[in-house]
Amino acid sequence: MSKALTLDPKGKGRIVANGIFASNPVFRLVLGMCPTLAISTSAFNGLGMGIAATVVLVCSNLLVSLLRKVIPDRVRIPAYVLIIATFVTMVEMLLRKFVPALYDALGIYLPLIVVNCIILARAEAFASQNGVGDSVLDGLGMGLGFTLALVLLGFIREFLGAGTVFVGELGDASFGLVLGDMPDYAMSVFVLPAGGFLTLGLVMAAINAISAKAEKDRQSKCAAAAEETFAEQPTPATAGANDGAEAAAAISEGEGNADGADKGAEATKARDAEGGDE
Amino acid sequence: MSKYIVSASPHITSPATTRRIMLDVIIALLPALVAAMLLYGFYTLFMAVLSVGTAVFCEWLFNVITRRRQTVGDLSAIVTGLILALNLPPVVPFYVPMVGAAFAIIIVKMLFGGIGRNFANPAITARIFLMLAWAGVMTRFVAPIDLSDGANLFVYFKEALNIDLPAAITTATPFDAVKQALESGANPAEGLSALDMFLGRIGGSAGEVSTLAVLIGGIYLAVRRVIDVRIPVIYISAVAVFTAIFYADTGYVGEYVWTYLLGGGLVFGAVFMATDYSTSPKGGVAVLIYGVGLGLLTVIIRKFGSMNEGVSYAVLLMNIVTPLLDRIRPRPFGTPRVKLSDKWLAWKRNRARKKESAAEGGECVA
Repeated sequence: MSKALTLDPKGKGRIVANGIFASNPVFRLVLGMCPTLAISTSAFNGLGMGIAATVVLVCSNLLVSLLRKVIPDRVRIPAYVLIIATFVTMVEMLLRKFVPALYDALGIYLPLIVVNCIILARAEAFASQNGVGDSVLDGLGMGLGFTLALVLLGFIREFLGAGTVFVGELGDASFGLVLGDMPDYAMSVFVLPAGGFLTLGLVMAAINAISAKAEKDRQSKCAAAAEETFAEQPTPATAGANDGAEAAAAISEGEGNADGADKGAEATKARDAEGGDE
Repeated sequence: MSKYIVSASPHITSPATTRRIMLDVIIALLPALVAAMLLYGFYTLFMAVLSVGTAVFCEWLFNVITRRRQTVGDLSAIVTGLILALNLPPVVPFYVPMVGAAFAIIIVKMLFGGIGRNFANPAITARIFLMLAWAGVMTRFVAPIDLSDGANLFVYFKEALNIDLPAAITTATPFDAVKQALESGANPAEGLSALDMFLGRIGGSAGEVSTLAVLIGGIYLAVRRVIDVRIPVIYISAVAVFTAIFYADTGYVGEYVWTYLLGGGLVFGAVFMATDYSTSPKGGVAVLIYGVGLGLLTVIIRKFGSMNEGVSYAVLLMNIVTPLLDRIRPRPFGTPRVKLSDKWLAWKRNRARKKESAAEGGECVA
């Protein structure tokens, strides 16, 4: 989140990064659990599901945002569902024509994208209140976050449960890596539903632990920066009376600290935004 | 002055520490371990060492990493490792008990808060995890060795790494025969010897084949008052009763009952796993429901399930129900008895009041 802030001060990239990291639909918002647990049995399935959901998410966010002033408030949910279902049907037909293997692997979960909480939630919470450009970016970010999460879970589950890495087939080409004797020793529990819950829980715990630590580090850094500024602020005035050169140095230092404090304030703002999102 | 401890009542001290209880359980498990070693050789003992070692190491490591108070000293990790090893088939590749013990300690026990806070028995959950992970390895059993030649004690070390055991040394468990008999309508006890099954000279999981050894441990625990004797007694008799009911129309009720009591992991599960303190209920009625539920589930899974054995799944399911059973509270000492009909009336009054307030637009009943 803070990285995105420093990279893109205008905040457009922030919307995308928000979907991938701070409000990752799987690991942070815990939405769309049904396809997540059912489809992430292999990395390739996860990728297919993620891309399908991303396409639907971007298109539906676009249309919902365009029509947000036309749709009456009382019937907005049926209207959203209708829009989403249209795009899901299109994606379904395209997949069936061009990637039949993936179409079979996704099974019932492909039409079920219609009722995927992520898509409905973004239409309701974001697209219906924001401009077209921002809504498309939000859909893209959320979709990428969902895709990344599914691929990560699918990679772990496939590796542990089947002993392969990214096996799949697209058209006539089949790719992927079978690791020697690994399939004989693989723990098949990880491609079963129980393994899905286990992997999701452990990955989520790891992500929470990492982000909690990062947050703590950032807070202590902010606090240290703020303390330093506070302690050194009176220095220029007193030093100025004694020695001009020293005072200049102190002032430039003070500026540096002020920068740090600004960054700290920005980070705090970003955190508030996160809290608001959740 | 520091020698005098000032504290509020009650001033009762007891030698029953966690460590002492766990030591008792370890002592009670020793007969089963010795029996497994005599039946299947030293490889089974080696598996137990691996399992216990991994369990203790994982608990130590988890406490170090998360900077918690070190709890290895209470010996509960040793008990978990030992029970898990005795729950496995006698010959499995070395990594199976290690993964199982790590799963039991880290995921089932420590992530939920350590000893006393686990939602299910760690050993049994790990066994189910291993069943799902390596179904092939976990369902092949070897025949007991011939003890007249001492070299036989080492015979399984050679085979252990092989995932496909040679057919010559694998054997069927009594329940394979029982299941077949159930399908064909034949006598289930055909070719089974009650004495062999009591002593453990059959195929099966390392620690649970010898009913005699398990019973010795169980009696020790009962005498030391470590376990709640009601649980195994109710559980085992419930299995007998439900077997008689479910198999009443087969014409071999007696045969089914004794094969079901001696054949699988029933006695081991009832004595060592269903009685886990943190996952079994305390009150009288709750214990009764717990035991009967265990028996009913075991018989249902054994008869209708695709697997031969249902003890581990029954224990896991009833472990999960335990928090609900613990809400059945015994009447506090000194309070008047409330008749059931009065309770029912009070409940109805309460509900009517809630409905009224809901009709007025207050809180929702649902």
